[in-house]
Amino acid sequence: MAAGDRVVLVTGVSRDLGRHFARSLAAEPCVGRVIGVDVVPPRGDIGDVSFVRADIRNPVIAKVIAKERVDTVVHMSVISTPGSAGGRNTMKELNVIGTMQLLAACQKAPTVEHLVVKSTTTVYGASNRDPAMFTEDMEPRRAPRAGYAKDVAEIESYVRGFARRRPDVRVTMLRCANVIGAHVVSPLTSYFRLPVVPTVFGYDARLQFLHERDLLSVLRYAVANEVPGTFNVAGDGILMLSQAMRRLKRPTVSMPGFAVGQAGSFLRQARLADFSPEQLGFLTYGRGVDTTRMREELGFEPSMTTEEAFADFARSLTPTGGRTERLLGVLADALPSTPALPSSSGVLDG
Amino acid sequence: MGDAEIIPIGTRGRPGRGSASGKPSSASRSLAGPGKPAAEKRADRPSRPRHGARPATDQPTTPAADRPRKPAVEPTEPTPPTPPAPRLTEAPAPDAGHDPVLAATTVRDRGPLAGIPAGDWLAAFQHAARELFGEQWEPQLARFLAFLRRRVSGDYVVDEYGFDQEITERFLMTALRPIADKWFRIEVRGVDNIPTEGGALVVSNHSGTIPVDGLMTMVSIHDHTGRFLRPLGADLVFRMPVVSKLARKSGTTLACSEDAERMLRAGELVGVWPEGFKGIGKPYAERYKLQRFGRGGFVSAALRTGVPIVPLSVVGAEEIYPLVGNVPGLARVLGIPYIPITPFFPLLGPLGLVPLPSKWLLEFGEPIRTDEFDSGAADDPMLVFDVTDQVRETIQSTLYSLLMKRESVFR
Repeated sequence: MAAGDRVVLVTGVSRDLGRHFARSLAAEPCVGRVIGVDVVPPRGDIGDVSFVRADIRNPVIAKVIAKERVDTVVHMSVISTPGSAGGRNTMKELNVIGTMQLLAACQKAPTVEHLVVKSTTTVYGASNRDPAMFTEDMEPRRAPRAGYAKDVAEIESYVRGFARRRPDVRVTMLRCANVIGAHVVSPLTSYFRLPVVPTVFGYDARLQFLHERDLLSVLRYAVANEVPGTFNVAGDGILMLSQAMRRLKRPTVSMPGFAVGQAGSFLRQARLADFSPEQLGFLTYGRGVDTTRMREELGFEPSMTTEEAFADFARSLTPTGGRTERLLGVLADALPSTPALPSSSGVLDG
Repeated sequence: MGDAEIIPIGTRGRPGRGSASGKPSSASRSLAGPGKPAAEKRADRPSRPRHGARPATDQPTTPAADRPRKPAVEPTEPTPPTPPAPRLTEAPAPDAGHDPVLAATTVRDRGPLAGIPAGDWLAAFQHAARELFGEQWEPQLARFLAFLRRRVSGDYVVDEYGFDQEITERFLMTALRPIADKWFRIEVRGVDNIPTEGGALVVSNHSGTIPVDGLMTMVSIHDHTGRFLRPLGADLVFRMPVVSKLARKSGTTLACSEDAERMLRAGELVGVWPEGFKGIGKPYAERYKLQRFGRGGFVSAALRTGVPIVPLSVVGAEEIYPLVGNVPGLARVLGIPYIPITPFFPLLGPLGLVPLPSKWLLEFGEPIRTDEFDSGAADDPMLVFDVTDQVRETIQSTLYSLLMKRESVFR
């Protein structure tokens, strides 16, 4: 394909990540036009991206694809925060019905050659029966019953169905670990932003993060390189939840699991944090994904490890704790500067 | 005999303050008469009872009065007109320091820490530091502080299974070592059979009601070879709070083929107890009789990764908590495999949790090589069963020979 003649349709551009991605994609040399689609107009500058106000939940989207002769579709309109969409029902409708409509439109459009879906590692669930690292072939040990995880599981099954019906279309599914960054609003980042963080007593979750910049670059990479398949995308390494909290310098309160769930639903009702119920399992057991296939087949390498991505996120937050660390720092600083102590003790002893 | 009426036995020389808690007793309040609020009484009281108290403390020469007075002497010292002793200014009784008139003997003043000079504190601290860290205690303490700081600021690394090597080495192993050496007096044989590097699968018998044998194997292997044993645990381990956290930190992961193969491929020394709950939860009467070895999943993991299988026989763990009974109904309600009843456990309460000091013998057998089989071996059920039986037979026969060698359960 000649450079600069590709037409890319990006869904979900009203939110920050989608908007940033659409803008950065427009600057790619292989891309001619970028069309952003969403229900509401984007909040900021979208640069060269042409915005089409269309609801992916109704068949209008098919007309957009046909008229603009779109060849690559990037589906980013899978939302995890019910608050931003206006309730769980709207969120579910946007996620599931929106994906169905979009895929139906793609199936009808002969011009579409490549589909990139931003999925999430939430599909693997989180339980005590999980293997340490999920590879792409593994199924969740317990099928999700509600919430975001179920939405994503359904979306993935529709995408697989689409891939069966249109074998000529290259489908890239990116299962991204929890995206983190100074501008990211997600259930997990709002949980980290709480001044005092409730944690589940007796458990320590293993966490993996992907920096927002790496999310944008992996999506751009997928559009440019057209490698079909399903890939886990995450930064290298693992952080334990307790370790992450210490790095954030946030005080934590451990309470039993059900109490954390109640605190979470209270916070959600009070609109203080977007704490979703299925997050409880994640914060209890954690999750790790294997990224060998991302490295070897997709050929992508995230620029930041889990640790670095989290450090970058932590810089944007003001610490609310860390008193013990400061105290220890003072002690450690005081210690080498007191070589007189043994002699004075000798005086005291004598 | 007039003396006997003034000596206030047991009141530390202050009439009406039997409890010395700063509040008059109900008896003395009723003597003082009604109408006066308690706050006013307290304000003027210290001056009044002081004059009343002095004769009581100073006049009597009877030994009966001297003995209970002794501990109260130091804090009441500011009352004499002598200049305050330096130790008193440092004593944790600020009210006694700045207002000697109002100084009342409270429980706090008479606490065991009152009146210890700061110099003594310092000397005690230095002595303790020397005891704990040796003669070079300053750099040692600095290193320890740096370690604490690293922990508190989260500046450490865990591997993908959540294994925290630092904590395992510094705390878990340190805590378990005396139990292994002094309590169970573990004797390890055949350490040379553990490969010094590369993946290997240690397969052991399981016993003892609580998986203490796993912990002891971990510490023994670490002390003899310097390698960390990475145990595979049942999903129940990861469902239980606290246990789950500790298990992940000490390097345990879920006993599933994915994790086992992943660890073995990465060259770890993996430990597996294929009997599972059938092994640790078997009654005392069936001790040292190996139970069924699961479905042989561990053998296929070893065959797929081509690592040697090291059979390990543990003698001694059966006797630590002799299981004589079970409460199946309650266990089913709680969702755990069994609720143990030992001769001591529910009977003596927490004391029953102390394991019996049996003598332990650990013998690592000759490694069984799996890299000689061809690539499809792991999918051949017959071969997998054969190798499983071979491992099981080896462990069982070693158990019998070790039992013959042991003089008695406790020696």
